[in-house]
Amino acid sequence: MTVPIHLRHDETFVLNLGPQHPATHGVLRVKLTMDGEYIVKAEPVLGYIHRMHEKLAEAGTFAQFMPNTARMDYLHALAFNHGWALVVEKAAGIEVPERAEYIRVITVELNRIASHLLWWAAFLLDLGGFTPLLYAFDDREKVIDLLERVTGSRLTYCYMRFGGVYNDIDDEFIAGTRDFIKRLRGRMPSLYHDLVTHNIILIKRIKDIGIITPEQCRRYGATGPVARGSGINYDVRKNEPYSVYPEFDFDVPVFDECDSMARYMVRMHEMEQSLRIIEQALDKLPDGPVMGKAPKVLKPEAGYYYSAVETARGSLGHRLICDGGKNPYKLKLRSPTFSNLSLYGEVAEGMLLADALAFMGSLDLVIPEIDR
Amino acid sequence: METSIWRALLYLVGIMAFAGLNAAYLGWCERKGAARIQRRIGPCEAGYAGLLQPLADGLKLMSKQLLVPDGVDGIIFRVAPVLAMIPAITSMVVIPFSENIGARAMELSVLLLFALASISMIAILLGGWASGNKYAVISAARSVSQNLAYEIPMLITVITVVLISGSLNLREIAIDQQGGFWHWNIFRLENGHFLTMWISFIIFFICSVAETNRAPFDMAEAESELVAGFMTEYGSMGFGLFMMGEYLNIVVGACLTATLFLGGWDCPFGKTPGVWWFLIKIYILIFTFIWIRWTYPRTQIYRLLNLSWKILIPFSLINLLITAALIKVF
Repeated sequence: MTVPIHLRHDETFVLNLGPQHPATHGVLRVKLTMDGEYIVKAEPVLGYIHRMHEKLAEAGTFAQFMPNTARMDYLHALAFNHGWALVVEKAAGIEVPERAEYIRVITVELNRIASHLLWWAAFLLDLGGFTPLLYAFDDREKVIDLLERVTGSRLTYCYMRFGGVYNDIDDEFIAGTRDFIKRLRGRMPSLYHDLVTHNIILIKRIKDIGIITPEQCRRYGATGPVARGSGINYDVRKNEPYSVYPEFDFDVPVFDECDSMARYMVRMHEMEQSLRIIEQALDKLPDGPVMGKAPKVLKPEAGYYYSAVETARGSLGHRLICDGGKNPYKLKLRSPTFSNLSLYGEVAEGMLLADALAFMGSLDLVIPEIDR
Repeated sequence: METSIWRALLYLVGIMAFAGLNAAYLGWCERKGAARIQRRIGPCEAGYAGLLQPLADGLKLMSKQLLVPDGVDGIIFRVAPVLAMIPAITSMVVIPFSENIGARAMELSVLLLFALASISMIAILLGGWASGNKYAVISAARSVSQNLAYEIPMLITVITVVLISGSLNLREIAIDQQGGFWHWNIFRLENGHFLTMWISFIIFFICSVAETNRAPFDMAEAESELVAGFMTEYGSMGFGLFMMGEYLNIVVGACLTATLFLGGWDCPFGKTPGVWWFLIKIYILIFTFIWIRWTYPRTQIYRLLNLSWKILIPFSLINLLITAALIKVF
């Protein structure tokens, strides 16, 4: 709800939101200039968890950087694994067996569901609903258990290798995944939609709040559910297909409302689409090895390489420069949340504090991925 | 009414014990209830089913130092939590627990209760203001506008009850509703009062949720926006007193609802009236408070004020008009 108000710039005060604040999900700091409860100006201040990941990449070999990728977006770590594996494979010309690509897609999509479930929980928490968190974590726990079984870790995965994956999946994993698909499909309409999506308080809180125009999305380079909630039909998996995604039949949910509700709906539908992809991948799963032939020491030819993947938060680009040595010469990441956060200041202007925080939740921020 | 010193002492101890037990154990009930709703266990380590948890929490809070931030008004900062607690305990003096249990049956006890209830709002205002914290000040401002907005429809609905019972004395109002649930104000059959009174009840209940600053109307301590609102700077027993005051306000709200609308100590079947029925009613109401809190997300301050000014106040006024007309007609 936007109340037209004449904002008086002479009677403002500065409110420091964060770096330690329950709603900023990490160490984001937003410097708010407030007039009463209205925001006159919002400036995100970054860098509180800057760990020089891009510089660290230059210090080690290509393989040594793999664990770092998972520390950036800890919620969709496998997509970051995947992105790094893809760009290095492109640079070194490594072939990946088909089974390995299928397994990559299955695990990445499972991880995407886990990420969206956690976003859903945290978003509701921002809106003051504590109970949904526990139910979302119940489902997320099932995903994490499955991924733990195949990758060996629960949050910061280091599962992908150049030329394949580190571990093959077994029948128990496949059966468990099928169970999970059935379980989430059963719970989605009754638990997630009936109890939360259709709740009048939630609808009033997020409908028509935080309008991001398609023009703003383009100007700031917003991608992922934020752009798709503003009517921009762009998904790296469809528009610049990588891995084996072209072999699956799935839709890209796009909503035109541009508000927080649209972004909410995009993510809810994306979970269903991910379930579809996983189901098809399990049905079509080919036999064969999960590791291709890759040299022990990688020395890609000198040159510029770029590849993009779709993470739960949007398009992640790896810009890799090689000089023929066994270490990357330079790595630059184009991380989705950085762009998605950049538009926060412009959109939050004139909003109520409570609405601005609901809007921040709808952007699905992961701070370590912004600061890197 | 006999005026022996023993009676006064007995009620003093009794009310303090009732208030203290409720303040401590409603916290436990809330945590257990929330845990049940969220498929968790809740407190279970301290004593059987975590029953000693409130004691442990209280000891911990009491053993901590009350930190007064630099540059704040120390007296107001210390007085505010006490102000949150005292009116809630004092209110219990006029609550008729049963026909024979009730410290004082004053002629204007309804008025006294609302006067005392307003003081807890001042406690929040003072606490937030004295903290010298921006979040606390925003929270204090929110809570004042919220309490003002919700006291109006609440009082208007109380007038409908007063019109029907013809008394401002809580005990008289309760006695007027004796003899089975069809005599209770909410379902009152005579003169067709049930037509309007259930609306009064709903409005009153919504207002009492808002008055006690409970979710989904917990604007004052919206933890995802204002960290802890007016309690941000409070630690130790200052925080403890605010929490206890909040629970006691819920108890008083439930007592008031039970007396005004649900027949006080009356049995629904008109058989065995007594204090147990009163307690059953208030604890069902309190559980509803807890249930609502852990089910719904929070609303937003302006929407909350709109609900009061644009919906509840007009509805309660129309409701009052119809009730008055019904009384005149029959």
